[in-house]
Amino acid sequence: MATLARLQARWSAVGNQYYLRNSVVDTFRKKENDAAVKIQSWFRGCQIRAYLRHLNRAATIVQKWWRGYLGRRQYQLIVKAACYTMKMNLYNAMAVRIQRQWRGYKVRKYLFNYFYLKEYLRAVSETNDAIREALEEFAEMKEREEKKANLEKEEKKRDYQARKMHYLLSTKQIPGIYNSPFRKDPDPWELRLQKAKPLTHRRPKVKQKYSTDLSNWLACTSARSFPQSEILPPINRKQCQGPFRDITDVLEQRYKPLEPTLRVAERINELKLAREELRREEWVRNVNDNMFLPFSSYHKNKKYIPSIHTSSKYSPDSYGKQHFRTENPNKWICDKDFQTVLPSFDLFSKYGKLYSKAGQIV
Amino acid sequence: MHSLTMDLWIPNGQEGVMSLLRPLLLDVVPTIQQTAALALGRLANYNDDLAEAVVKGDILPQLVYSLAEQNRFYKKAAAFVLRAVGKHSPQLAQAIVDCGALDTLVICLEDFDPGVKEAAVWALGYIARHNAELSQAVVDAGAVPLLVLCIQEPEIALKRIAASALSDISKHSPELAQTVVDAGAIAHLAQMILNPDAKLKRQVLSALSQVAKHSVDLAEMVVEAEIFPVVLTCLKDKDEYVKKNASTLIREIAKHTPELSQLIVNAGGVAAVIDCIGSCKGNIRLPGIMMLGYVAAHSENLAMAVIISKGVPQLSVCLSEEPEDHIKAAAAWALGQIGRHTPEHARAVAVTNTLPVLLSLYMSAESSEDLQVKSKKAIKNILQKCTYLPALEPFLYDAPPNILKHVVGQFSKVLPHDSKARRLFVTSGGLKKVQEIKAEPGSLLQEYINSINNCYPEEIVRYYSPGYSDTLLQRVDSYQPLIN
Repeated sequence: MATLARLQARWSAVGNQYYLRNSVVDTFRKKENDAAVKIQSWFRGCQIRAYLRHLNRAATIVQKWWRGYLGRRQYQLIVKAACYTMKMNLYNAMAVRIQRQWRGYKVRKYLFNYFYLKEYLRAVSETNDAIREALEEFAEMKEREEKKANLEKEEKKRDYQARKMHYLLSTKQIPGIYNSPFRKDPDPWELRLQKAKPLTHRRPKVKQKYSTDLSNWLACTSARSFPQSEILPPINRKQCQGPFRDITDVLEQRYKPLEPTLRVAERINELKLAREELRREEWVRNVNDNMFLPFSSYHKNKKYIPSIHTSSKYSPDSYGKQHFRTENPNKWICDKDFQTVLPSFDLFSKYGKLYSKAGQIV
Repeated sequence: MHSLTMDLWIPNGQEGVMSLLRPLLLDVVPTIQQTAALALGRLANYNDDLAEAVVKGDILPQLVYSLAEQNRFYKKAAAFVLRAVGKHSPQLAQAIVDCGALDTLVICLEDFDPGVKEAAVWALGYIARHNAELSQAVVDAGAVPLLVLCIQEPEIALKRIAASALSDISKHSPELAQTVVDAGAIAHLAQMILNPDAKLKRQVLSALSQVAKHSVDLAEMVVEAEIFPVVLTCLKDKDEYVKKNASTLIREIAKHTPELSQLIVNAGGVAAVIDCIGSCKGNIRLPGIMMLGYVAAHSENLAMAVIISKGVPQLSVCLSEEPEDHIKAAAAWALGQIGRHTPEHARAVAVTNTLPVLLSLYMSAESSEDLQVKSKKAIKNILQKCTYLPALEPFLYDAPPNILKHVVGQFSKVLPHDSKARRLFVTSGGLKKVQEIKAEPGSLLQEYINSINNCYPEEIVRYYSPGYSDTLLQRVDSYQPLIN
């Protein structure tokens, strides 16, 4: 009880103390709380930061590895590409080398072989020289032949001259003109004259008579065609036995010339030929080919060509054909001619038309 | 009639003469007939009016009729009349064909007497000479095989005239030439090239060249008759016309294809032709010059072959020596064909100093138009490939502007690569001349001049530009002297 009383006496103190203790705790509670919070937050922060650092490191490592992996992969691709290009370049370079060699070879061998061309030109110039030499030789030979021919011609001419002048040869008594006694040697013409044979007189040529016989109507009249009516020599054979007729009689009978009948001697178209002959004779006789027709209108459009006997030296004279009176306009006093009061005498205007109608030929 | 001569002036009543002679053709005495025919022939031969009078006087049918029947003297005289009438003009020849003379002439070709054959062949040749229709008429009358037979006859005159007739027939068209070839003429003509008679060779070579000129096949057929190298001996003949016809033949063969030209070059034909050109003068040279041009035109190897056969000096001699313009034009053309292929060829032409001659021909007012055109083309072609500068330099001074352009262009191509040439260009005064050339800015000439100027340092270019001494003097005037 005592304690209770004491407790009750102390209750208000206890209560104050309780309240003070609680409030003290409270006054420091916030502070301690804050501190605890601070400490806790700090610690938590450190923890989290450590964790983040750890995470960072891990992420870095992961990224590092990943990037390395990517890079290496890329690098492999690059290496592959570079290797590929290097190979291709090498192949290209080698191919260019081959092509270069081949193109040079082809051009040199097939398209334009420089050495072949040189060789060809050399061969051409050699051929040219050979041809030039050959042609020179040929020309020289021709000249020599021509000279020789000329010399021979001259010789022949001189020989002919010598033959013509053979009478100028010197005799024992009389020296000829080429063998003058005052000369040391005789002239070369003298020797030539000694060698020459005098010319003979020309015999008159027998003129062949132009004979008209049947063979003339053969188409080929040349001497080279058939032999005409010459007696052929008899064929030599063994003499036959027995009395024979006179050989001349036999030959006469055998080689009797042709004596054709009148019928055969005449040509088959003799009548036609005779007509032609007649026509030709008429053509010969006629000065003018045109048939004589007295009707003047037939010849109206034909120009009359005078024959050589009727035309004058300069031109056919129109006086007497176109006008019958000479006129000299220079001598007229005035510029007009005489007037004709009466019409002129038309004598010939009706020529050919005064006859019957039959005279007017269209 | 025997004393009828050409000194008689025939009055304009020519028909009167004809009507006097016509009856004599039918005279009984054969000698009178022959002499009348001979007189007619001589009259017709003299003058084409008289020949027309013969045609108008209806004498031809009578002649043709009696040609078939009479003896050989009359045939000769009648063929002479036909020849004399037919030679003047195509119309008269047509009149002869119209009165049926061709068949009788062809019959005369079968006669035994060579004189008759010669007269008939002569008449046929003169008829066929005028134009292609008349030649065709002659061929249609069946003359060609008989002409080929006539060529084989031993008489030289007959051979001559038959070769001339074949030449006249085949010159008009390829078909006619083919007909002649089909009759086997080429082999015989080729054999006759070796004959020593000069007039025969003329005609034979002329016939072969007329055949070969039409087409490649005909030319090849002529070549196959083995005329090379025998034809080259004809180039050395004494007779001028044989040389001319031989070079014509070679020219006609060479102009078709490069292979044929190659064949001629391989046979040494080029050297022979060049020697032949050297030994003749005037028109005889012309086919040879053209042949060189044709050969060089085909390809550069052939042009080089012409150069090494010493063709270029000969051609330049022709160019300067010959008085006639058409020969000069041919020589200029040939030189242009030789020099236009490569710089080597152009150099070979330029070293012979022909370019100034060509330039003077182009510039001279007396040259014909053809010559001017050809020399201009030759200069252009050669200049475009010429890199031989000493030959180009004279051109800077006296060339007209259109050629100057090419010359300066060539300089601008060569100078950037050759230092010795640059030095020579300066010392010879070429740079000075180039500076004096006036060109429109932007034109090709100005570009060339710029590229030449770029080869030299600027001071040298300024030194040689015109008016430099004036600018120097101006500088002297405006200079302030240093006074210390």
